[in-house]
Amino acid sequence: MTRPLYVTIAAMTLAGAAQADTLTVLAPDYFGSSWGPGPAIKEGFEAQCDCTVEFRTGDVLPRLMLDGARLEGDVIIGLGTDELLRARDTGLFTDHQQDLTCLSLPVEWADDIFIPFNWSHVAFVYDTTRLETPPGSFAELVERDDISLIWQDPRSSGAGLALLLWVDQLYGDDAQAIWENLAAKTVTVTAGWSEAYGMFTNGEADMVLSYTTSPAYHIMAEDDDTKAAAIFEEGHYFIAEAAGVLAGAAQPDLARDFMAYILSDEFQQMIATANWSYPSALPRDEWPEVFRDLPLPETAIFLSEDEADARRSPALAHWLEGMTR
Amino acid sequence: MTRDPALTARLLVLLAGGGVAAWLIVLNFGALGAVAWRAEGLTALRGADWAAVRFTLIQALWSAALSVLLAIPIARALARRRFIGRGALIMLMGAPFILPTLVAVLGLLAVFGRAGLVNQGLEGLGFGRLNIFGLQGVVLAHVFYNLPLATRILLQGWATIPAERFRLGATLGFGPRENFRQLEWPMLRELVPGAFLVIFLICLTSFSVALTMGGGPRATTVELAIYQAFRFDFDMGRAAMLALVQFGLCACAGLLAWRVSLPSGLGSGMDRPVQRFDTGTLSLRLWDGALIVAGALFLLVPLALVALRGLPHVAGLPPEVWQAAGRSLLVALGATGVTLAMTLALAHAVIAVGPGRGAMLEWLGLAALAASPLVIGTGLYLLIRPFGNPRDFALVVTMLVNAGMALPFALRLILPGLREVVVSQGRLADSLGLHGWVRLRIVTLPRLRRSLGFAAGLTAALSMGDLGVIMLFAEREGATLPMQLYRLMTAYRLDDAAGTALVLLGSSLALFWLFDAWGRRFADA
Repeated sequence: MTRPLYVTIAAMTLAGAAQADTLTVLAPDYFGSSWGPGPAIKEGFEAQCDCTVEFRTGDVLPRLMLDGARLEGDVIIGLGTDELLRARDTGLFTDHQQDLTCLSLPVEWADDIFIPFNWSHVAFVYDTTRLETPPGSFAELVERDDISLIWQDPRSSGAGLALLLWVDQLYGDDAQAIWENLAAKTVTVTAGWSEAYGMFTNGEADMVLSYTTSPAYHIMAEDDDTKAAAIFEEGHYFIAEAAGVLAGAAQPDLARDFMAYILSDEFQQMIATANWSYPSALPRDEWPEVFRDLPLPETAIFLSEDEADARRSPALAHWLEGMTR
Repeated sequence: MTRDPALTARLLVLLAGGGVAAWLIVLNFGALGAVAWRAEGLTALRGADWAAVRFTLIQALWSAALSVLLAIPIARALARRRFIGRGALIMLMGAPFILPTLVAVLGLLAVFGRAGLVNQGLEGLGFGRLNIFGLQGVVLAHVFYNLPLATRILLQGWATIPAERFRLGATLGFGPRENFRQLEWPMLRELVPGAFLVIFLICLTSFSVALTMGGGPRATTVELAIYQAFRFDFDMGRAAMLALVQFGLCACAGLLAWRVSLPSGLGSGMDRPVQRFDTGTLSLRLWDGALIVAGALFLLVPLALVALRGLPHVAGLPPEVWQAAGRSLLVALGATGVTLAMTLALAHAVIAVGPGRGAMLEWLGLAALAASPLVIGTGLYLLIRPFGNPRDFALVVTMLVNAGMALPFALRLILPGLREVVVSQGRLADSLGLHGWVRLRIVTLPRLRRSLGFAAGLTAALSMGDLGVIMLFAEREGATLPMQLYRLMTAYRLDDAAGTALVLLGSSLALFWLFDAWGRRFADA
């Protein structure tokens, strides 16, 4: 049977249109560089989607909030756990429609809107040549008076906010006294992670607030095993980065395929070294060796969005009181 | 249509000046208004906000006062000494002002930090460690940052004292002290309030430097409170309220500086190169030498450490860094052209409309200094939104905002010179029937060349290192050099970041040097 010509043409046109499809992904600025996770994700997904992936990088949450319904794009990737409630409240997202049983996080994650693609804990990172016996618990850190710290301001940094909630969970109403104590060992508090980490590597402090996965970079990329994260027995605050599908997506199907791709083995194998953090849906024995060998805290502390939202203001009040006393 | 060229020229000046004023109003107040409108009103401030206002004022007062007080003897020493490499030293000493804050802080800490040179020296000598973090650290960083600006403004002041005055002084037997009282003091009386004001305003909007060097939340400034309102509390009304308070402080400071400043009344000379006769005794020479060396060490050692840290990594930088450098260069050159055009138009308009209204325009030109970059970025974004995707205008907006931010400096540099031209050459030009473009080209611009060159260099270098509003707008055009620097740091690539910092420092300085050297080609600092 021969098909009429117009059917062939229509089929070809459709195929052509499908080929020209573009998935627009909004992402934080660091996705845009060749050494960030962006290029690997683009290449990996384009190889299977028959489409073009276009990253639009910049501050993600402010754009969501300022643009509202006018926001153009299909997928948003790179929202921090501390930003999810705000993002959700914009009402601009739709269900990802993925089965999340494959997730390998140390915390429960049942969310129809956001899928985590990597995770880590916040931790105090130290230089093994400068600090011989790191504290083994938060309580020990508080007791020690021979340690200097640099960390980030909870008002301007995601890691700083995680520390705020970490102390809040460990010490509750006694947090103010803890902050007073920490203030005495604090060299300074910076606005962002870059300043703090840069100052730490220049020797300004013994420990810096960063992530349990930070040492992996130094080991793998610099062949330097002198950086380590101090593991505290009380547990560490958990953070993750997530992606979601925009309700106004021009390519909803492609967007959902992209969500599935995030959970695929290929993506998960790649993300650890692309973003220097743990993969979200890959059993530990399949992680890159260096990541597998990093000491892992036994307990992950994590508040639900609503709990975190309820705690942040009182916790900040304790912090401000304690730090400025 | 009028045939009177003088009237046409005046109309053109008013039109162009009005256009610039309109843009400044949009930039400063339109953006703030858009944020307040979006927030549906202003929110009352809390106790912590007032603590931030208090700290902001205290640190800005100290920083501005110390910067200007230290700049006076250094500029004086530089003005009356001639030595090999003087031009290069003056150029290099201007560098801290154009550094991105993150780089400046790391350089400063390499000297004064816990692991810095000073503390290593103190420990080596058996002394205790010096703690730099706190109010003293904030002031130190701001002086490091602004002393170059103050020195340059005052050096320009010394250059405006006509050579004939020093000659006359010499015939009257003036020594250094009499010269200071009769010639230098009136000049300082005119310039110092303005220099103080500019630096005060710069320090008013400090955020990251103040927090980092201040050692923690005790060093919370208004700008950080604005950031917190945006990003932590999501309370745009409070952000707008805080921005209003910041403007209020700016207006008070401006009014005060305007009341204190007096015209020097030194008159004009024949534009001869200045020859000094009061360079006298050995002890005075040693004193000046010591001042210059101390100033140079304070400003240049941190820079040298930044350069040394980055040098080994420049060759291996990824190609994107160089692409970003090219992009930043374009933005910087664009911003420079726009700034000069805007400044000239505004400065002419300030003079054309007379003293009272002129002062208003002048104040408007300064207002951008007190504007919060965060509020401007967000506000412009909201203003452009109804007309299209703000991200399609990223580089243009960056250029225009940079121009608005650099205009206060350019205006301060160019306006006194332009007034001088009007007073000294205006009647002659009028009688010769020189108006409009011809007059600008033949009479005005050649006389402004020195300040134009300096203003252009400053604008170009500042735009080069500015992170500013681009983070909200950028999306497609790709990263600028400061953005790449942050990207590298975020990816732990601290060595590459150090190399990039050196590229940024080098290219900012090169731009600054090119324009400044052009301006000074026929003039002597």
